[in-house]
Amino acid sequence: MILTQQRTQLAKFQSLIALVLLCMGIAFMSDKFLTIDNTWNVMRQISVNICISVGMTLVVLTSGIDLSVGSVLAFCGAITAGLLKSGIEFPSNNLFIGFTLLGAMLAGLIVGALLGAFNGWTITRFKVPPFVATLAMLTIARGLTLLWTKGFPISNLGDNFAHIGTGWFLGIPVPVWISAAVIASAVIITQKTALGRYIYAIGGNEHASKLSGININKVKLIVYSIAGMLAAVGGIMVTSRLDSAQPNAGISYELDSIAAVVIGGTSLSGGRGTIMGTVLGAIIIGVLNNGLVLLNVSPFWQQVVKGGVILLAVIIDKANSKND
Amino acid sequence: MLVAENICKRFSGITALENVNLTLTAGKVTAIIGENGAGKSTLMKILSGVYEDYEGNIVFKGNTVRFKNTREAQKAGIAIIHQELNLVPHLSITENLFLGRELINSWAMLDKKAMRLRTEELLEKLKLSVSPDTLITDLKVGQQQVVEIAKALLYDAEVIIMDEPTSAISESEVDVLFENIANLKNQSKAIVYISHKLNELFKIADHYTVLRDGKTIESGDMQAMTHDMLIHKMVGRDIEIIRNTNASITKNTLLKVDELCLNKLGNEQKQLLKNICFELYSGEILGIFGLMGAGRTELMETLLGMHPNLSNATITLNNQPVKYKSAAEAIKAGMALVPEDRKKDGLVLGLDVKTNISLSSINKMQDTWLINNKTELDLAHKYIKALKIKTPSEKQTVKNLSGGNQQKIVIAKCLATQPKVLMLDEPTRGIDINAKNEIYKLIAELAASGLGIIMVSSELPEIMAVADRILVMADGTITATFNANEATEDNILKAAIADIN
Repeated sequence: MILTQQRTQLAKFQSLIALVLLCMGIAFMSDKFLTIDNTWNVMRQISVNICISVGMTLVVLTSGIDLSVGSVLAFCGAITAGLLKSGIEFPSNNLFIGFTLLGAMLAGLIVGALLGAFNGWTITRFKVPPFVATLAMLTIARGLTLLWTKGFPISNLGDNFAHIGTGWFLGIPVPVWISAAVIASAVIITQKTALGRYIYAIGGNEHASKLSGININKVKLIVYSIAGMLAAVGGIMVTSRLDSAQPNAGISYELDSIAAVVIGGTSLSGGRGTIMGTVLGAIIIGVLNNGLVLLNVSPFWQQVVKGGVILLAVIIDKANSKND
Repeated sequence: MLVAENICKRFSGITALENVNLTLTAGKVTAIIGENGAGKSTLMKILSGVYEDYEGNIVFKGNTVRFKNTREAQKAGIAIIHQELNLVPHLSITENLFLGRELINSWAMLDKKAMRLRTEELLEKLKLSVSPDTLITDLKVGQQQVVEIAKALLYDAEVIIMDEPTSAISESEVDVLFENIANLKNQSKAIVYISHKLNELFKIADHYTVLRDGKTIESGDMQAMTHDMLIHKMVGRDIEIIRNTNASITKNTLLKVDELCLNKLGNEQKQLLKNICFELYSGEILGIFGLMGAGRTELMETLLGMHPNLSNATITLNNQPVKYKSAAEAIKAGMALVPEDRKKDGLVLGLDVKTNISLSSINKMQDTWLINNKTELDLAHKYIKALKIKTPSEKQTVKNLSGGNQQKIVIAKCLATQPKVLMLDEPTRGIDINAKNEIYKLIAELAASGLGIIMVSSELPEIMAVADRILVMADGTITATFNANEATEDNILKAAIADIN
């Protein structure tokens, strides 16, 4: 009995242990890794993936998936950049609406939430499988981005906006503050609210949840909206860091975020997993990326190594859940 | 034909079987009897090759055997028909029968003709008059079971294990099953029959082996046994079915259902439920009996608002007309349903006891945004105590509890919504006699507290013992109503098979 308890305790911390071992290994091989500059650099880089992955975790917990996050990120970043730079003009009735920094960002977030809600709507109203519905949105949002930007980057967005991606607050990079706030809210939602309960229940047994009086469609709609909005948060951060909204931003980000979710121990069939697990997963991927660069590993090999880590994580997770 | 001697099996220190002995004879049906957790499933898993590491010997047709996996056991001639059938829904009967051992012709292609022919023979032998090309999903559960038996015959199985074969089929299908078993006996197959329904065992079994707490209690001839003696051996003490005293019935109409109809999805012409009208008094236990396909479960689901676009009804609750379009609204109005299949529809198996109990009422336990942990914990403790749910703690994952305790958790979840009407669909299916009696007692107590109870059951003795009034359904409509004192097995069954056309 005691032995099994120890083993489950160990399983709980295994991604943390893996992360520590990984850091020690890289630090041993490269003296640039454990410097303050590099640490902040890594954390700044993973902030975007953390925001997206937190939303992805909520979706995956309901046994769904959101493939559109990368494109939604690009579109919302472009919306914010475009509105900030040139507002909206209606030549027909001589109307011009300018946007403040806050207004432009809010618009970006709202658009993200709306695209997410659209995902949720097609999934619940027409019973389109999440994989297909969000795959469609992946293409739609990418197309909208190209339409909105006319295929060109929107750059030179001003110092105030750049502060979000590159600035510091109380000695800590602003993106780290933002992702910390996102993590904290998501932990509270999953652990302390009825919505969180419903997310786990739906992923665990959708039909039983429905018979228990849970409004499945509403919960899913909310979850996909949150995922869309968090993709927009990521989009704003990316755009700000580069001081430019790139039409091809965020390509294949959905894969990194699914990888973070999976490495973090969330079951792709839903109902099992935690936000903190995903955060650890995102950090592991970030540290790995950074370490491989510092160690001068060829970019081609980096991809192979990353794929191997994802496989390994899932295999270990499977072996653990078998022992339960 | 098969002798198992001194079988012991331990799971991480816990003894599941201890010196169990079992003898199977060709051409005889051996009943394995025991409460849930007595070790029946473990023993069957050892016989059918699921577990390889056990102590003791199995001698099959004179040779000591130890199967490494189920395939080996199958090859040797031991087939098991699980409670949950193992068929691929979207393949045909033929394709299912030959799955994994397809016949190949000289062109290295599937020999469809030969396989179809063999299937036809088997189906004929088992008196199932459907085409071998029928998809499994288009068959009734009873027919699917026949396909499983055909599969066992195709393997030339000599030992056929049937685990709760009648739990999902109707009375008429049971007759067909028993006929098939009689035929198998004539072909000198040895049959292991596991069931909680003792009446069936007396009809079908020749020998019995009683297991209790992982030990063999006794084996012998069925003929020498009586119902009470068997129960005594199973639980080690006498058990009585609690007879409801009718004391709690009032004359206050709690629920009135008028002209309830339900259309079949995608087929407006076909009505699954037709003009159902009934009343339920507060404090009353209303039993609903019907054979498989009579529409009992559909009625329960419709009353819980699960088919808003297909159904039509005038429902009055506490003299107030109510309209609801979803389960959420029905629960708010005061309805609650303990569904037929607790694992599929009642519980989130991967979550813990507390979370499952509070699932339907958690929205009322929030301080503005956040869940009040103490309120929730108190609720869980209250019901664990009140319903005597046996669990190490409220944090135990529901998956690990026994069927009876799982059922109590579903009931707790429903009660936590403070319903006025509690509907229970087959509340004692697949749970042992002790737990059954506890559930009967609970139902009587709840009725006494003023709840209106609707209990669907396909077991006649159960419904006659528990219900104050019995509605009988056939073909989507109510064919008869009996008060408890005028109900007999005969007149209930007659109403249930009444041909209304």
